[in-house]
Amino acid sequence: MSALLEVRDLFKTYGTGDTATRVLRGLNLRLEAGEMAALLGPSGSGKSTLLTILGTLTKPTSGSFVMLGNDMIAAGDKELTDFRNAHIGFVFQFHNLLPDFTALENVVFPSAVREGRETPAARARGRDLLTRMGLADRINFPTANLSGGQKQRVAVARALMNSPELVLADEPTGNLDRASAMQVMDLIGQINRDEGTTFLISTHDDKIAGLCQRQIVVGDGVVTG
Amino acid sequence: MLYALKIATRYLTANKAQTALLVTGVAVGVFIFIFMSALIGGLAEFILSRTVGDISHVTIEAEFDDPPLLISPRGHVLVVAERGRTRTATLTEAATWLPLIEAVPGVKAVSPQITGAGFLTRGAQVAQVSVTGVEPGRESAILDLDGYMVEGEARLGSGLIVLGRELADDLALTIGQTLRVQSANGVTAALTLSGIFDTGNGGMDGARAFTSLSTARTLFAMPQGVTRIEIKLGELNAADATAQRIRAMTGLDAVPWTDGAEQLMEALNAQAQTGYFLKTFALITIVIGVASALLLSTYRRRPEIGIMRAMGAGRRFVIFVFVAQGALIGLMGGVTGAALGYVALLPFPSRDAFEAGTLPMDITQGSYGLAITLTVIGAILASILPARSAARVEPVTAIGQ
Ligand SMILES: Nc1ncnc2c1ncn2[C@@H]1O[C@H](COP(=O)(O)OP(=O)(O)O)[C@@H](O)[C@H]1O
Ligand SMILES: [Mg+2]
Repeated sequence: MSALLEVRDLFKTYGTGDTATRVLRGLNLRLEAGEMAALLGPSGSGKSTLLTILGTLTKPTSGSFVMLGNDMIAAGDKELTDFRNAHIGFVFQFHNLLPDFTALENVVFPSAVREGRETPAARARGRDLLTRMGLADRINFPTANLSGGQKQRVAVARALMNSPELVLADEPTGNLDRASAMQVMDLIGQINRDEGTTFLISTHDDKIAGLCQRQIVVGDGVVTG
Repeated sequence: MLYALKIATRYLTANKAQTALLVTGVAVGVFIFIFMSALIGGLAEFILSRTVGDISHVTIEAEFDDPPLLISPRGHVLVVAERGRTRTATLTEAATWLPLIEAVPGVKAVSPQITGAGFLTRGAQVAQVSVTGVEPGRESAILDLDGYMVEGEARLGSGLIVLGRELADDLALTIGQTLRVQSANGVTAALTLSGIFDTGNGGMDGARAFTSLSTARTLFAMPQGVTRIEIKLGELNAADATAQRIRAMTGLDAVPWTDGAEQLMEALNAQAQTGYFLKTFALITIVIGVASALLLSTYRRRPEIGIMRAMGAGRRFVIFVFVAQGALIGLMGGVTGAALGYVALLPFPSRDAFEAGTLPMDITQGSYGLAITLTVIGAILASILPARSAARVEPVTAIGQ
């Protein structure tokens, strides 16, 4: 396997002076292409912080970050925006979908924002993805009318829209009941096997972590296991 | 950017009640703008039609020729002047100029006239009168004589005279009676009273008489030419330019009505300024309303903006989504307000039928296109601040709770 991304000596501090929170303190991590990894650690250990940095949503205080051969620290906002659009998919725990749009419109968004319109090809792929997520009968539903599990499956479909190399999921099952959580994890596992998409999934649930090939544990601002 | 427009539209339709309220607010502002335009425009029209509707817009008057100076062989200067006769300046070439002046763009009517002073006598009664000889058929070209007739007809023919109501009353004259007119040149003629007018203007009704041009020729011993050419224009504001044009073309001293009407123009200007002031306030209200509503919307939608940014929407895309919302609100509010304004102005009498006591609203001066255009521009400007604030939402906002 080849390295999809590598971070070295990563530091992230929120705030300054007395109120400064030093979340990441020299963290090193390498993800191989095609991995399905769980990110474990107690609440407040910096899982979300690490995911936002790997997702180029924010920059570390210091350290190096290379993904697909690109220096992600040096890149500017416009380059990072385009990079995210093409190579990284996201599934969040909260505020996942655009509430005023249908399931299909949400899924198609990453393509439409790049193309400037919703192309027929993107719509066809969106329908495909939603069907694979078991949502064939919810394609044109307003997302406000979907259940929590259905919303997360729409989010997974959207994360896959532009066929990214990496999908970052921040506690994607945190708000779901066990059955819905298992269904979502099942689908993620299938995509990982079928398409070789790399997944990094933060969770504090050992059962969910057990479904992944690799477990990465963070503590005290570094990877401890 | 078509896609950003779709998102903007969806944001507006997702919150129909709020959007309707906002559009209504904008429409009210536009309504006020249009109402003010129609009122100020109608008022100016009304005042102008009352003050200069019946007067010549461009007037050419004959200039007195300086008496010829002769230098005698002995070095004296000789002034050649006729004695004992009223000198009358004439526009001898009038017949040549008339068709040319009539062809000047914007000229609605041209009336060559011979004017002079005289006395009316009937029995023992004598009244001073100012006689205007006009071409038959052009009696109503400048002053709407026909419209002011209370008895008889405005039509002037040979041997006929039309007088003002006061003058006729003073001399106890009725239609069909004959009276003697003696001009300042000493010519006397017996004329038949064929019509009486009442303009409501005392100076006019008590001292003016109209005859045909040929009668005036006889009275004032002027076998050719005229003393005055009055010109009516389609557009009052064009008087200065048209007068200049006629001067350049004919070399005659054409004077626009605005010469000597500075006070009126100042008053109208002040009125127009008031209108601009109120209209500007209406626009500012629109801008503030749209800006605050959109700013609120950007705060409410921060998480969504974060999600869009995380999914690969650039700052420009976000800006466009909010500016497009502003433009759409401006367009909808502008069109609605313009339509409401138009409908509200429909019951007012048209500009030709203004009556004292009612607001002289002019529906044709509502500036509908300008109101819509300025509103859309204002709404776009209003959305720039919220749009920039939206574009500053960091993508990391998406991951927060
Ligand atoms: N934007 C922020 N500003 C200040 N402190 C923050 C911010 N985000 C997270 N933190 C703090 O950083 C620590 C790590 O948070 P987080 O990355 O969310 O951990 P986890 O996802 O593992 O629960 C926590 O103590 C949290 O309070
Ligand atoms: Mg977290």
